[in-house]
Amino acid sequence: MTVAVDFRNVDIVFGADQAGSLAMIDAGATRAEILEKTGNVLGCAGASLTVNEGEISVLMGLSGSGKSTLLRAVNRLNVVSRGQVLVKDGDKTVDVVTCDEATLRRLRQKQVAMVFQQFGLLPWRTVEENVGLGLELAGVPEAERKERVQRQLKLVNLDQWSKKYAHELSGGMQQRVGLARAFATEAPILLMDEPFSALDPLIRTKLQDELLQLQAELKKTIIFVSHDLEEALKIGSHITIMEGGRIVQTGAPEDIVLRPANDYVRDFIANVNPLSVLTAWNVMRDRRDLDHGKDGWVWLDRRKTTRFKIDDHGLVAAAERDGKPAVWVSCADVEGQPEEVAQVFWANPGTSLKTVMLAMHRSQTAPVALFDDQSRFVGAIGIRDVLSAVLRR
Amino acid sequence: MDPISKFMVDHKIPIGAWGKAFFGFLTDNFDTVFRAFSNGLNFLLDGLVGILLMVPPVLLALIIAVIAWLLQRSRPLAIGVFLGLIFIINQNLWKQTVQTLVLVVAAAAMAMAIGVPLGIWAAHKPKVYRVMLPVLDLMQTLPTFVYLIPVLTLFGLGNAPGLIVTIIFVIPTAVRLTHLGVVSVPKSIVEAGEAFGATKSQLLWKVELPSALPTIMAGLTQSIMLSLSMVVFAALIGAGGLGTEINRALGSRRIDLGLEAGLAIVVLAIVLDRMTRIAVGGKK
Repeated sequence: MTVAVDFRNVDIVFGADQAGSLAMIDAGATRAEILEKTGNVLGCAGASLTVNEGEISVLMGLSGSGKSTLLRAVNRLNVVSRGQVLVKDGDKTVDVVTCDEATLRRLRQKQVAMVFQQFGLLPWRTVEENVGLGLELAGVPEAERKERVQRQLKLVNLDQWSKKYAHELSGGMQQRVGLARAFATEAPILLMDEPFSALDPLIRTKLQDELLQLQAELKKTIIFVSHDLEEALKIGSHITIMEGGRIVQTGAPEDIVLRPANDYVRDFIANVNPLSVLTAWNVMRDRRDLDHGKDGWVWLDRRKTTRFKIDDHGLVAAAERDGKPAVWVSCADVEGQPEEVAQVFWANPGTSLKTVMLAMHRSQTAPVALFDDQSRFVGAIGIRDVLSAVLRR
Repeated sequence: MDPISKFMVDHKIPIGAWGKAFFGFLTDNFDTVFRAFSNGLNFLLDGLVGILLMVPPVLLALIIAVIAWLLQRSRPLAIGVFLGLIFIINQNLWKQTVQTLVLVVAAAAMAMAIGVPLGIWAAHKPKVYRVMLPVLDLMQTLPTFVYLIPVLTLFGLGNAPGLIVTIIFVIPTAVRLTHLGVVSVPKSIVEAGEAFGATKSQLLWKVELPSALPTIMAGLTQSIMLSLSMVVFAALIGAGGLGTEINRALGSRRIDLGLEAGLAIVVLAIVLDRMTRIAVGGKK
């Protein structure tokens, strides 16, 4: 996997006394202490994060946690006090912190585009003139510019509106213009600074879906700032949680939900619906942890209601439920199965927890088996596993 | 007089004498430069007035009305401008009005030409603005008569010194409104320009100036209005036009002449104001 953006020990301090503040950071001082002693504001401290090409990496935190500050270091809208921000530029990488003005401008024009919370559209320009801004600044000839702008406007379904002024559009449409403007530069890296926070919830959900659709096609590297964990879990392939200018946890969405690093993260996830994140893989008990009987029989649940007989290849040879032979059926076919025969449902590791729960509901809380891609038995989920995941006990 | 006051008065700081010495030095050494400048400026202004007066008054009024229509695309406005100018012709004040018009437009244009770049500079460099601010305050609050005197000694009588005092009085407004316009450009759109790789000059021409344009245009309108308000003072040092008429009316207590010339200034003010005003927030 190629690295698109690499933050290495990034410290950002706003104010005059940079050296003094950096020394305090090294001594482990908090933001409040630094402010009191030096009058400087700590933007972020010791932030290291690797963003791989093609992923959506979400920076999360309450306001003032330094998430936007870190994001804006990527195109040097915020100046880094110490550390490196390496950005992929074609075949090489450029350290944005130390590169010269010309290189920075080229990066901003061709490699890194940005979408703003307040849209940042120029009100005296029409939609198409706004979308063409980046190309215009980069000196793209007018004919090519027009053509690329039209293509972007089609992509975000705004081609009917190209001659309107930005302020004549609704908030959701304005942000689509902001997206089109960023896409138009064809920059592989996209910075999104709370792009949907200023929109009402319905429009926000819609734009999130649109972004995911576009991303499936365009495969950009997106660094996305959000204060809304639901949003982060929905769109992020990697989530980083920040507090007081420091990164407190970084990982895959389900890591954050299942293994919060501290109380701050725990507070964050307290209101998150685990069903929207967790998969069967996250809650299952591994095959090796199950109760093994004799002759290759394995109990799927602690109550010993259901068991499988596993052959030498790891495949299921027979199933038994409440002492009677049973058939094993995929969770995907949970509806419309005859109930004459006892059933045991199975799922893949990637199946959502919600589907697993539905299967349990249909089968009077029987356990659900997990098969891998080769149909080998890998583990099982009992009712207790589901309950403890949902209740986070 | 009490002893403390007497002591202080006896040791008076000779500010007036210093100022006099300074201007004396200028007149003694650079008199020819100032005079040449003044003569050149007078020649230009008088020439322009001469050319405009060669055009038949009604035709010139029509031309100005057409310009008004081109600027604002409003037929009622163009008709109003034409009728207002016809009224001035009817009052037999056309020649003076043209002189005043040239002086006012030249002063406002010069004030903008100097004030807008200064305003942009001040907006980009807060330190520059802090130094500039007291100078601007001084230029606006120092009673006009006070700087009429040195301007008179340096440039002599005529239209040129009238133009110069008017410019001095008007520049602060042009600077202030340009500064206001540029510093009020929303941060979000400046950052958008930066994030997409704008150079400093692209940022100025494509983001800051278009955004500040309504305020800068308000500065132009204000500059013209303030120039008009200086007409009477400029007349005191020999600038021709409606101001001269008003001073003469004051000197000879002629209510009729004062009223006519005064109304002509009002008409001119309304015409220029409506012609240069742009819709706030830009045209749709």
